[in-house]
Amino acid sequence: MDLLLDGLANAATPTNLFFAALGVLLGTAVGVLPGIGPAMSIALLLPITYSVGPDSAIIMFAGIYYGGMYGGSTTSILLNTPGESSSVVTAIEGNKMAKAGRAAQALATAAIGSFVAGTIGTVLLVLLAPTVADVVVKLGAPSYFAIMVLALLAVTTVLGSSKLRGFIALFLGLTIGLVGTTTGQARLTGGQPLLADGIDIVVVAVAIFAIGEALWVAAHLRRKPLEIIPVGQPWMSRADWKRSWAPWLRGTAFGFPFGALPAGGAEVPTFLSYITERKLSKHPEEFGKGAIEGVAGPEAANNASAAGTLVPLLAIGLPTTATAAIILVAFQSYGIQPGPQLFENSGPLVWTLLASLFIANTLLLVLNLPMAPLWAKLLQIPRPYLYAGILFFASLGAYSVNFQAFDLGLLLVFGLLGLAMRRFGIPVLPLIVGVILGPRLEEQLTTALDISGGDVSTLWGEPVAIVVYVVIALILGAVVLGALRKDPETPSVDDRPMARTGAGTSDRGE
Amino acid sequence: MTTTHHEPAAEARTAGPRLVDKAQYGLAAFLVVVGAYVLVDAVGLEDGFADQPVQPYAFPYVVGAVLVLLGVLLAVATARGDRPEAEEGEDVDLSGGSDWRTVAMLAGVFLLNVLLIDLLGWAITGALLFAGAAYVLGSRTPVRDLAIGAALSVGTWYGFYVGLGIPIPAGILDGVL
Repeated sequence: MDLLLDGLANAATPTNLFFAALGVLLGTAVGVLPGIGPAMSIALLLPITYSVGPDSAIIMFAGIYYGGMYGGSTTSILLNTPGESSSVVTAIEGNKMAKAGRAAQALATAAIGSFVAGTIGTVLLVLLAPTVADVVVKLGAPSYFAIMVLALLAVTTVLGSSKLRGFIALFLGLTIGLVGTTTGQARLTGGQPLLADGIDIVVVAVAIFAIGEALWVAAHLRRKPLEIIPVGQPWMSRADWKRSWAPWLRGTAFGFPFGALPAGGAEVPTFLSYITERKLSKHPEEFGKGAIEGVAGPEAANNASAAGTLVPLLAIGLPTTATAAIILVAFQSYGIQPGPQLFENSGPLVWTLLASLFIANTLLLVLNLPMAPLWAKLLQIPRPYLYAGILFFASLGAYSVNFQAFDLGLLLVFGLLGLAMRRFGIPVLPLIVGVILGPRLEEQLTTALDISGGDVSTLWGEPVAIVVYVVIALILGAVVLGALRKDPETPSVDDRPMARTGAGTSDRGE
Repeated sequence: MTTTHHEPAAEARTAGPRLVDKAQYGLAAFLVVVGAYVLVDAVGLEDGFADQPVQPYAFPYVVGAVLVLLGVLLAVATARGDRPEAEEGEDVDLSGGSDWRTVAMLAGVFLLNVLLIDLLGWAITGALLFAGAAYVLGSRTPVRDLAIGAALSVGTWYGFYVGLGIPIPAGILDGVL
């Protein structure tokens, strides 16, 4: 607790509060823009934080993180086309509420619910992360190796409809991670000295998220403009509060544990929260027509799961969502190496970060509720300018790191890969996580075999490793069984529960 | 939105393997080529030091081989009628066809930026990138677009130089900015 108060003291200087506010505003502004999710917001804004000191960068980053997340929910409520899978459920009831003239209440319950869930989630994070780190720090390289294999497998197989496409993404990511000279010899550099240090993950992420998205939108630009619902000052009546508080808490309870699992992500908990609220509601007839519980619960679940993903990220160094992967990159650039040694090695910085999360979360509520009408105006930005702007700022970010035209070339190449991935339905997350974890997987394997003198049996010489391998075997078994059970004549095109609910509700609505 | 993307799925089920996404063979071929390149590159690597337990070529062999395998599996799945589930988004309308001409032009504008940035500098190529991309995407006010682009590129140049202390090379405008 003292440590957290110290962190709070570090974070709450006037300069840092300014950076926090700036981060919240920038993050929200970018996050509200259609086509830009939280991961892309952070990736695009990352270069700006590089030039300020570590404390200021961290608190500004916390602001960007929460701002970007909140911006996404505004978009899905006011436009009925959620940009990322975690907002799908919010859009179901949120957009119906907005159409019924209750946009202000939908935005208010989303914002306050996010605040409640974010605060509780961060408290749980503060309590849990050091404990998990204490346990994990005792593990040896073999266990790490096993846990990383599990994480790679989990992000590849648990989410997404096509396992084959998940593995394609994963191994493309691992290939990108091979580039460079970490092993002492140049691998896959094609003799290009600029590739000797490997490919910068920021360049890969910005290219796949931003350039890929811009090119994909260019191929399918909506010719008729979307209907945007005007909104006034967000507020809630006493009845809205009464109907919102329990869903907020239940959503938090769903979101945090799912976020903390290695195969985290907000899809499952937001969906579970939605079904629960529909079952428990005293107004079940309102579901499908704009029930406030259907916005309050999933939005809280979404934010709590975002806090939950920080547990494996900080304590083990494992990114489990695209946003977490970008956060990992950000931390490394601030000199924080997430992992079990984190709390010992860079204690003050981590506690500053955790304190910053509280501050950013509060500032978000204070700044964004009054500014909602302004954010709604951002949705009307002409699409040519929006996507031209995304290309512009993506290029600026990639160029400003090394001033190399070569990096811009890489940006284009991986942007085209991102376009192809969208065209062929290849998920982005396994690729990004593969790029990050691939080199570390090799490193842990080397360390493990180094210690054992080349004896391979060391890999299953620790109890934790054995347990993890059993889990891996179970997952692989389930994947193989699932593949065999399918009728070969009708390969699964869609077995995601999320997509079905999305389709079901939009069918009902239109 | 979702209704339109479910139709191909339904088609694939009823029409069976005859409806094939031929472009997906291209992706499968790409995977095989990349995998093969990784393998060839790995063959060229030499043994590391005697005390290096994981040889530099160990991981590339595995990754390359699996990529080739995935490419083959994708080709088989494609032949059996597997179709991709293209990604949706706020500004994505999947009900129409794909406009690859716009994509090619947009990529061209971006490539121009890559080629010219060393010579002309960010302040100029950034403005051209913005105006060019806006034009390709349907904006028909080139003068205004160029003005906005120039304001953005010069503004960010000064913002990075003065505000963040990051000196972006000025290129041809060295001394002017």
